[in-house]
Amino acid sequence: MKVLLKNREMLLVVAIALLVALIALRFPPFVTPRNLANVYNDTSILIILALGQMAVILTRCIDLSMAANLALSGMVAAMLNAAMPGLPIPLIILVAMALGAVLGAINGLLVWKLDIPPIVVTLGTLTIYRGLIFLLSGGAWINAHQMSDAFKALPRTAFLGFPLLSWLSLVIIALMVVVMRLTPPGRAFFAVGGNPHAAVYTGIDVGRTRFLAYCLSGTLAGLSGYLWVSRYAVAYVDIAAGFELDIIAACVIGGVSIAGGIGSVGGAVLGALFLGVIKNALPVVNISPFAQMAISGTVIIIAVAVNARAEKRKGRVILRKAEAAHG
Amino acid sequence: MAETQMVARHIPDRLEGRGARLVKSWETLLVAVALAIFLVNSFASPYFLDPWNLSDATFNFTEKAMIAFAMALVIISGEIDLSVASVIALTSTVMGYAVQLGFDTPALVLIGLATGLLCGAFNGLLVTGLGLPSIVVTIGTMSLFRGLSFVILGDQAFTGYPASFSWFGQGYVWWVFSFEFCLFLALAILYGVVLHKTNFGRAVYAIGNNQTAALFSGVRVGRVKFVLFLLTGLMAAVASICLTARLGSTRPSIALGWELEVVTMVVLGGVNILGGSGTIPGVVLAALIMGMVTFGFGLLNVPGIVMSIFIGLLLISVIALPILYRRFRGSR
Repeated sequence: MKVLLKNREMLLVVAIALLVALIALRFPPFVTPRNLANVYNDTSILIILALGQMAVILTRCIDLSMAANLALSGMVAAMLNAAMPGLPIPLIILVAMALGAVLGAINGLLVWKLDIPPIVVTLGTLTIYRGLIFLLSGGAWINAHQMSDAFKALPRTAFLGFPLLSWLSLVIIALMVVVMRLTPPGRAFFAVGGNPHAAVYTGIDVGRTRFLAYCLSGTLAGLSGYLWVSRYAVAYVDIAAGFELDIIAACVIGGVSIAGGIGSVGGAVLGALFLGVIKNALPVVNISPFAQMAISGTVIIIAVAVNARAEKRKGRVILRKAEAAHG
Repeated sequence: MAETQMVARHIPDRLEGRGARLVKSWETLLVAVALAIFLVNSFASPYFLDPWNLSDATFNFTEKAMIAFAMALVIISGEIDLSVASVIALTSTVMGYAVQLGFDTPALVLIGLATGLLCGAFNGLLVTGLGLPSIVVTIGTMSLFRGLSFVILGDQAFTGYPASFSWFGQGYVWWVFSFEFCLFLALAILYGVVLHKTNFGRAVYAIGNNQTAALFSGVRVGRVKFVLFLLTGLMAAVASICLTARLGSTRPSIALGWELEVVTMVVLGGVNILGGSGTIPGVVLAALIMGMVTFGFGLLNVPGIVMSIFIGLLLISVIALPILYRRFRGSR
C-alpha cells in the first residue's frame, strides 16, 4: 500500500477518484459512464497538448507559445477550409500539423542555435504568433457557416460509440508511450533534462534534443489547432488565450518536474484529466465558473509543493551536491 | 531552468577604461535606439512633439515601469515573478470592494498597498520558505490572484471611486508632468540607489551570480529574496492604484498580460534573464523606448496587436543580437 501511494500516478488516480466521488455525492448523474466519457472527450485536446509540453519540460525548457501556435494553426486550417471547401480534410490536418511543427521549430532553433533562454523565446513567439493571426485574418472571425460540414464533423464522428476526438487522443497517448520508452529521442529527453553534462558525455546533442522536443510540441499544437477550431466551429484571434497556463498546470499536477528530467506520459494525462474533471464539475455542483481560475491556481501551487517533496526524497542528493560543487 | 554554467569566466588582464566601457555598454545602445525612435516618430507624425501629447504618452509605460524596477531586482537575483499583473487585478478589486463599503482615499491606498504586500509575502513564502521554483509558483499565484478577482467580481465591475482618488492616475504635479511620471522618476532614482549603492543591492547581484557562494559569504539569501518578492507585490499595488485611478473602474481582466510586457521591459533593459547582471538606468531607457514605440504606432493608427508583434520581435532580437555579435567576433 505504501509503495502504491508513493507512486505518483497512483496518487493522482486516487485523487481523481476522490474528486469524482465528492462530486457524485452532490450530483449523482456525473458518474454515469456516458458523462465520464464526455468529460474525457472534453479533456482530449488538453491531454494532447500536455503531452507535447511534457516533452519540452523534460529537457529543462518550457513552451509558453503552445496556445498561440494552436490558435494560428487553427486559424490557417479554418481559412483554408473557408477559401477552398473542396480541399480534403486530411490534407488540411496535415497542413495544420506542418505549420505547427514549423512554429515549434522556430522556438527550437532559437533555443538551440542562439542559446536564448526558452522562457524568453516562447514569451516572444507567444505574442508574435498571436499577432500573426490578426495580420492573417484582419481581426475577422471564421464562423460555423463558413466551414464545410466535413471540416466540423470529423472530431464528432462516432466510432465504436466514442467520438473520433477521444480515439485520436488515445492513439496519441499510445504513440507517446512508445516514443518516450522505446525510441532514442524519447530517452534523450529524459537524459538531457536529468543531467545535461552527463548527456553530452553519453553522446547526446543537448541542443538538437531540445529542438526535437519543440518540434514535437509544435506538431501537437498544430493538430490541436484543427481539433479546437472544428470542435468549437469558430476561429478568431483570441481562441485558447491563456490556455498555455492550463497546459503547464496539467504537466505540473501530473508530476512533471519543471527542473527537467522527471515525468511520465501517464502523469501528464492524469494531470490533464484532473483539471478536466474540475472544469466539467463546477457547473453541476453549483460553483460559479468564475471560480475555476482560482481553483486551478490553488491546485498548481499544491502540486508544485507535493512535487518538490517527492523530488527531494529521490536518491539524487549526492549527485546534485557534486554538480553544485563542480559548477 | 537555470543552467549551471560550467564555462570558466574569462578574466582580462587589464580592465577597459571607463570611457571604452561606457561606449560599448548596453545602455549606450539603448540611448541610440531611443534617439532613433524619437527622431523617426517626430518625422512620421506632426503631433508627436507636442508637450501634452508626449505627456499623455508617458502613461503608456509609467505603471509598467514601476513594476519593472522591482522585477529587475527579482530577475537579477535569479528568480521571476509572473503574478504581478494578477496582483494588480486583485489589489484593484479589493480597493473597489472597499469603496462599496464606504472607505475614502487614504484608507483605499493603505488597503491597496497592504493587499499587494500580502500577495508578495505569499509568493515569497512559497519560494523561500518551501524552496519551490519561482516560475511555477508565480504561474500558480497568477492564476490564483486573478481567479480570486473573478470570484469576487464575476462579470461585474466596480466603479464610483472618490474624486480625490482619481488624482493618482489623472493628476498633474506641475505643468505637463503628471503624478505618475513624477512617481516613476522618483522610484527610478530610489531603485537605482538601492541596487547600485547599497549592501542590499550588492547582495542581490551576489545571489544572482552564485547563490551558494553568496550564502557562504554571509548573505541571508532567503531573506533577501523574500524582500524582493514583497517589493514586486508592493510595486504591483502602487501600479494598481495608479491604473485604477486612471481608469476609474475595476474589472477582473484589468492589466491582462502585463506580466509579459514588464518582463520584456526588464530584459530589453539589459537584465540577464538568468540572473546576475543588469542596471536600473537600462530599465528606465527600455521603458522610454517601449512607451515611445507604442505611442508612435498609436499616432500612426497601428492596431495594438501589431505593436505586440513588434514588442515580441524586439524581445527576441535584443537578446539574440549580442549573442550573434559575440559569436561573429569569436569566429574571426
